[in-house]
Amino acid sequence: MMTLEAPEPGIAGRLLSTGAHQKLLAFASLMLLLIGFSLASPNFMQTANIIAILQATAVNGVLAVGVTLVIITGGIDLSVGTLMTFCAVIAGVVLTYWGLPLPVGIVAAIATGALAGLTSGFFVAKMKIPPFIATLGMMLMLKGLSLVISGTRPIYFNDTPGFTEISRGSLIEAIIPGLPIPNGVLILFLTALAASYILNRTILGRYTFALGSNEESVRLSGVNTDAWKMAVYALSGAICGIAGLLIASRLNSAQPALGLGYELEAIAAVVIGGTSLSGGRGTILGTLIGALIMAVLTNGLRILSVAQEWQTVVTGAIIILAVYADMMRRRRM
Amino acid sequence: MTALVEMTGIEKRFPGVHALKNVSFELRPGEVHALMGENGAGKSTLMKVLSGIYPRDGGEVRVNGAAVEIDGPRAAQALGIGIIHQELSLMNDLTAAQNIFIGREPRKGFWRLDEAALNRQTAEIFASMNLKLDPRTKVERLTIAKQQMVEIAKALSFRSRVLVMDEPTAALNDAEIAELFVIIRRLKADGVGVIYISHKMDELKRIADRVTVMRDGETVGTVAAAETPVNEIITMMVGRALSEATAVQPGRDGAEVALEVEGLRRGREIRDVSFAVRKGEILGFAGLMGAGRTEVARAIFGADPREAGDIRVHGRPCDIRRPSDAVAAGIGYLSEDRKHFGLAVGMDVRANVAMASLDRFTSRAGTLDEAGMGEAARRYIGQLDIRTPSDRQEVRLLSGGNQQKVVIAKWLLRDCDILIFDEPTRGIDVGAKSEIYKLLNSLAEQGRAIIVISSELPEVLRLSHRIAVMCEGRLTGILPGGPGTSQEDIMRLATMREAAMEPAEEAHA
Repeated sequence: MMTLEAPEPGIAGRLLSTGAHQKLLAFASLMLLLIGFSLASPNFMQTANIIAILQATAVNGVLAVGVTLVIITGGIDLSVGTLMTFCAVIAGVVLTYWGLPLPVGIVAAIATGALAGLTSGFFVAKMKIPPFIATLGMMLMLKGLSLVISGTRPIYFNDTPGFTEISRGSLIEAIIPGLPIPNGVLILFLTALAASYILNRTILGRYTFALGSNEESVRLSGVNTDAWKMAVYALSGAICGIAGLLIASRLNSAQPALGLGYELEAIAAVVIGGTSLSGGRGTILGTLIGALIMAVLTNGLRILSVAQEWQTVVTGAIIILAVYADMMRRRRM
Repeated sequence: MTALVEMTGIEKRFPGVHALKNVSFELRPGEVHALMGENGAGKSTLMKVLSGIYPRDGGEVRVNGAAVEIDGPRAAQALGIGIIHQELSLMNDLTAAQNIFIGREPRKGFWRLDEAALNRQTAEIFASMNLKLDPRTKVERLTIAKQQMVEIAKALSFRSRVLVMDEPTAALNDAEIAELFVIIRRLKADGVGVIYISHKMDELKRIADRVTVMRDGETVGTVAAAETPVNEIITMMVGRALSEATAVQPGRDGAEVALEVEGLRRGREIRDVSFAVRKGEILGFAGLMGAGRTEVARAIFGADPREAGDIRVHGRPCDIRRPSDAVAAGIGYLSEDRKHFGLAVGMDVRANVAMASLDRFTSRAGTLDEAGMGEAARRYIGQLDIRTPSDRQEVRLLSGGNQQKVVIAKWLLRDCDILIFDEPTRGIDVGAKSEIYKLLNSLAEQGRAIIVISSELPEVLRLSHRIAVMCEGRLTGILPGGPGTSQEDIMRLATMREAAMEPAEEAHA
């Protein structure tokens, strides 16, 4: 392929740039799905159903935002699902077993996530274990630890007033009556907004992209790449802590056996959203759209009474289609 | 006058290798000091010691007269030593400005980035270099030459007094090299010292003040660039005199046409290209970077789709849609990027030689005939004089020239009688180059048809019976080889743009 002289990145140029292209593609697919399902079933475009879709997006969306950061560095994090569960279990221990106040539980869950992320980051950056292996190991260790700590039994939050409000309550409805968007969705959007800000406006974000683009060259520029990589994994872990709180709040319990499989759904959302698995490029908005596409699919197919087994098949096909469409577009450029 | 850099008695050992033996090197302010030597002579190692990437095992480094310890890239930067690596080390997904200030981003507060300041400071550096480039352009959209300029801007942004350039022109065309030299001269005038590593003699004559030659990890000597004849420098490098044989090739007009291409097209990259190669002929392909030579080769080989065009092999039409079709027709393609496309560098010589002919070494039960492969590999090791301890040596441990020979062996074993070489001597040192030339000549004498794509005009002139020249996807002419054709003749065709093109683009095409 010939390297062409770069044109001034005007407005049209920016809209048509690689990242924007993929977002448009993902966005168009989302719109198509929405239109298709609303034509197929009158029950689809009901407020209650839309809220249900958003609610279903919340947990996977937050996890996907976290894993997006790691994937942009050129890494992968397979431990996000079981880490989420582990953080929920820790919240259960702090709130239910120890009876400490709610804010302590929230901080404990997020801090646990950050610490576990930091540990993964240490394995990857300092011990040079490939991210796939390091986080595979973390995934299993965290799954086991959740079961050990909880004694393999769910921990309920009945003694902590307000815990279910984290996910189920609606601050937005309190402010704007008639708009019952649950807090879980609000938290997803706030997390995404914060992650997007960090990615595009801060030094950590700059190094996230730089690491995925050409790590050796960043290192030779005198940047402490190991430290920054660990910071990215820690941030991703903290975001898993948020997801842990969300899912525990929704279920009013920490379910220690849950979590496996969530990492793949999260990675799927990231990929559908156009983030490159080879690192260096990706957007939070794309990931958000990716997570929405998956939730809309599941919900829409259920409304159309498609069996759950087939929903899984369709989701898998969609992932392959999304990545194929992206590659075709790249080849044409 | 104090020297900018003074290295004395530098020692460096790696496991099993004594890489630097008592090496001395001096750089004065305002001088371009060329560092020459064959691959593996220790140039890059010496520069890595200077830039803090490798710690030294012995000796002394003085910067501006003061003894210093350089224990990392940061320390080198602080001392005003900037290095531009051979493989461009930019981050493709970031903008030019973001690349230049990586690790030193202007910030607002503790961790917010100040993009406006970043782009402004970059624009200032570009302006000082007379470089017209938007700091917000993503690096992946820039030409190799422009990326090189971004690397230089990065080095300058450290207010470097010492600039190390490791083969800066390897991927540049003549116009771009001229641009680069303008910038180097401006730096010189400001008192910056430039250490210039290159294999290209003509460039040294144009830009260097002094030349230091290294061989086998030792300094051979330092001479004045202008007064010392090229042959003398080459002798210092290889330790022996090379014959300057400009092999005048006899014409092959009478021979059978082996490969004929007619009306080849694809988009803007290949526009109606037609030519033929005869048996025993070497057809050179000259042109600037991006002229479409590699694209033509890949289209013929079936690696990229073609929109139109007929390919005939030995007179028979041949519909080549994928590389396996081309190989079946006896066409071999030796990519310019050996490591990425030509070799499995982690595997041994035997496996690589047999790679394209595995069906020949597979029994009915599906097992591989290791003994047969070893025998074939050893035959070519002897025939092509591949320097390797055995056929079980991993290819990544061989030198560039020997790696290239392994690729050639692979295609010879496959019985390819039409061979397309894309930049066959890129990254190969002077001594090994002439061996590759000899090999190409003998392959042609054996009756194979050979296409050589090369950006080095002396190479094209030396090897080719005829020279096809391309510009912007068009074949602008075919010249006879030999002494009747000059580099100027080729350049004229290589820059023969279509009249419709806007002249504004000309400056940095």
